[in-house]
Parts: sequence; structure tokens; C-alpha cells
Amino acid sequence: MQRLEFEIKIMANTLRLEIVTPDAKTYSEDVEMVTLPGVEGEMGIYPQHVPLMTQIVAGEISVRKGGQDYFLAVGEGFAEITGVRVAIMTDMAIRAESIDEAKAEEARRRAEARLAEKLDDEQVAAVSASLAQSLAQLKVKRRQHR
Amino acid sequence: MPSTRDIRRRIKSVKNTAQITKAMQMVAASKMRKAQQAALSGRPYATLMNEVLGEVAAGATDFNHPLMEKREVKKRAVIVVSTDKGLCGGLNSNLMREAVKFDKNTTIFVTAGRKASQFIARTKRQLAAEFTYKDAPMFSEARAISKFAQEMFRKGEVDQVDILFTNFISTLNQKPEVIPFLPVAEIKGVGDGVHGETALTKGTLEFQFEPDIEGVLGALLPHYLNFRVYQILLEAKASEHSSRMVAMKNATDNAKQIIKDLTLEYNKLRQANITKELLEITSAAMAMS
Repeated sequence: MQRLEFEIKIMANTLRLEIVTPDAKTYSEDVEMVTLPGVEGEMGIYPQHVPLMTQIVAGEISVRKGGQDYFLAVGEGFAEITGVRVAIMTDMAIRAESIDEAKAEEARRRAEARLAEKLDDEQVAAVSASLAQSLAQLKVKRRQHR
Repeated sequence: MPSTRDIRRRIKSVKNTAQITKAMQMVAASKMRKAQQAALSGRPYATLMNEVLGEVAAGATDFNHPLMEKREVKKRAVIVVSTDKGLCGGLNSNLMREAVKFDKNTTIFVTAGRKASQFIARTKRQLAAEFTYKDAPMFSEARAISKFAQEMFRKGEVDQVDILFTNFISTLNQKPEVIPFLPVAEIKGVGDGVHGETALTKGTLEFQFEPDIEGVLGALLPHYLNFRVYQILLEAKASEHSSRMVAMKNATDNAKQIIKDLTLEYNKLRQANITKELLEITSAAMAMS
């Protein structure tokens, strides 16, 4: 089954982008190009990329589909790239159009306030993760305004 | 022969019981919807994680992580995921029937949920730790359990960790199941939620890693295990509420049947009494005339 899919995709020259969070499957579409926020900087993925497994950080994903760019805000997670598929597992994924700027701003302020308190390592990790998530949302949203 | 008053009293008491079970059924039904929703929406993530890990692990054969180390099994740990409360049909007893199959001397139990810890303590089995989880399981609760198991495995206290839980199949069907947890090489890929055939052998692609294999797998493996426990807690919760809903529905139906039978009996008795009284009056009148 997967083999077959593989061969079809080579001809079609698109990538199947799947973004899954613990709550839902956020995104599953065929796209022409994806840009990911990798741990060592942005990564552009085209069809037939070498198989690659990487960690991603909170930031923005840009997707090119039908010649147009779309943006999503994501949390940290993992990405698996196989040349025909990009599978992203992350804590959070929100499309640019559904980001609530006021809410993200509020979350950012709350997280920053929390970081000032005394916390143990695990809590610090959790809070900085949510801070990074809200920052990512804000970044994506503000880019849209421009 | 009970008097009409006795029967009336019994009807009243059964009615009270029915009212309570009906209320519990309603509560369980609403919780069930939420729990089922949570379990089902977590499945795509779990499935993808399994696929990915399977493909990656197959493409990285020369890499060894402490959590993948396979050892001869001298001691094993079993994580038993049960409910906190009873009144959910045969769910917990089915679970415990599986639990007693493990060898008492070589198995250490870790429990999540009060019923399991009570059972393990009562049957004098070794209990290493007990955890709790809320009605809406939280990722941090799952992480605590998973971390504890990983610690035990890394330190060599146990050579294998299994999880025993009730898998959610449908509202009417939940099955107690044992699935391997550690070492990771033992894990069969979870196709549908926590289930399915091995993905570990499927992949043929040679993966590259960025920044490096240690970094990526070192982060991915613990996360994978934590999430696996989380998904299992969700499945167990969905099973619990479904099972309770069904048990309470049966109880309500039974109570209603009993009320019906008792009412019939009551009416028969009442009529018999009236007939008897009429007979007495008419025979007395006939004797007088």
C-alpha cells in the first residue's frame, strides 16, 4: 500500500503534509513545499527530499499549495520526512487565520509572569514551552497583518 | 404470604434504587461521551508516532539506546491501570483476573487507580508504587508513571515492563489487555490507537538525523513512552465510563422489571383481599336473611 502511494507521489510531485497534535489531526493535505522551524534553523522541504528525522522548535510553518503560501503556528515536536510525506507531531498547531491574537498575547504575559516565580525544572520546561507556543502564534499572526 | 403493606414498602425501596442508578447512568453517559471523544482524538497522534518510530528504528539498526536494551527477563514490572471507583460492571474483576496470571515472586506491580492498589495489597503482591489519575487524565500524570517505569528499567531493577489496562473497543465492548512497554524493541507498533501490528520491520528507508541520531531519538523515545501511557489512560477512562454507563443502565432496567412484577403481585393481592371481603359480607348477609 505504502509502496504504491510512493510511486504515485513521485509522479504527482507533491508532498503529503500531515500535522497531528494529541488533540486532533490538524492538517492533512498535498502540498508543493513546506518550511519547518528546525532546531538548527529553518528548513525548506521539497518533494523527494532525503529521508530525514528531526526535532522542530516552536515557530511557524509555511506551506506552499497551489502557488500560494499558508502559515501555521506550531509548538515543539518532531518531524519525519520521507520524500513523499512530511509527518509533524507537535503539541500545538494552529492555522494563521484561527489564531486569536489577544488570547496569545495574554498567554504570553501569563507565561512570562510564571517564569519569574520559583519553579522546579519540570515546571520551567512546561512554562517555557507554552511561552514559546504563544510567541509562535503572535509571530505568525503579526506576519499576516503586514 | 406477604401483606399488601410489605409489598408496597418493597416497591418504594426498589423505586429509590432505580432513581439512583438512573442518575448514575446519566452522569456516566455524559462523562462517557467526553472520555470517548478524548480517547478517539488521541489515536491519530499515537498512530503516527508508532509509524514514525517504527520506520526510524528500522532505518537505524546500529543505534542502541538504554531504553531499547533487551535483557533476559528475571524480574518484570506490570503497570495496572484500573478505576478509582466500583459500580462499573465486570471491568475491574476482568482486569484483576489478568493480573493474577503474572508470577507473584518475579513481578512488581505499579498501579494507577485505587481499585488496583487495593487488590494488589489484598492479595499480598509486591507493590512498587501507586499513582492516581483524574477523570480527565492529564499528560503530567501519564509522564509521572512513565518516568517511574523508565527509571526502574534503566537502573536494572526490572528487565521488562508491561502495561495491563482495559482497551476501549466500543461502548458495549471493552477488553483487558497486556501490552509490552519496555524495552522499546519489544514494542509492537500501535496501528489503531494502542494497537496493531509491528511497524518496526516495515521501514526500509535509511534516515538521516538532524542534529544527530542521539539527540533526536533521545528526545523522541521518552516522549513516545510518555504519550503511550497518556493514550492508555485515556482509553482506560473511556472504558470505565462506558462500562459504568452500561452497568447502570442494566441496573435501572432490572429495577423497572422488579417494580413491574411487584406491582402486578400487589394488585393481585389487593383484588384477592377485596374479593375475600365481598364474599364475607355477602355470606354474612345471606346468613342473616
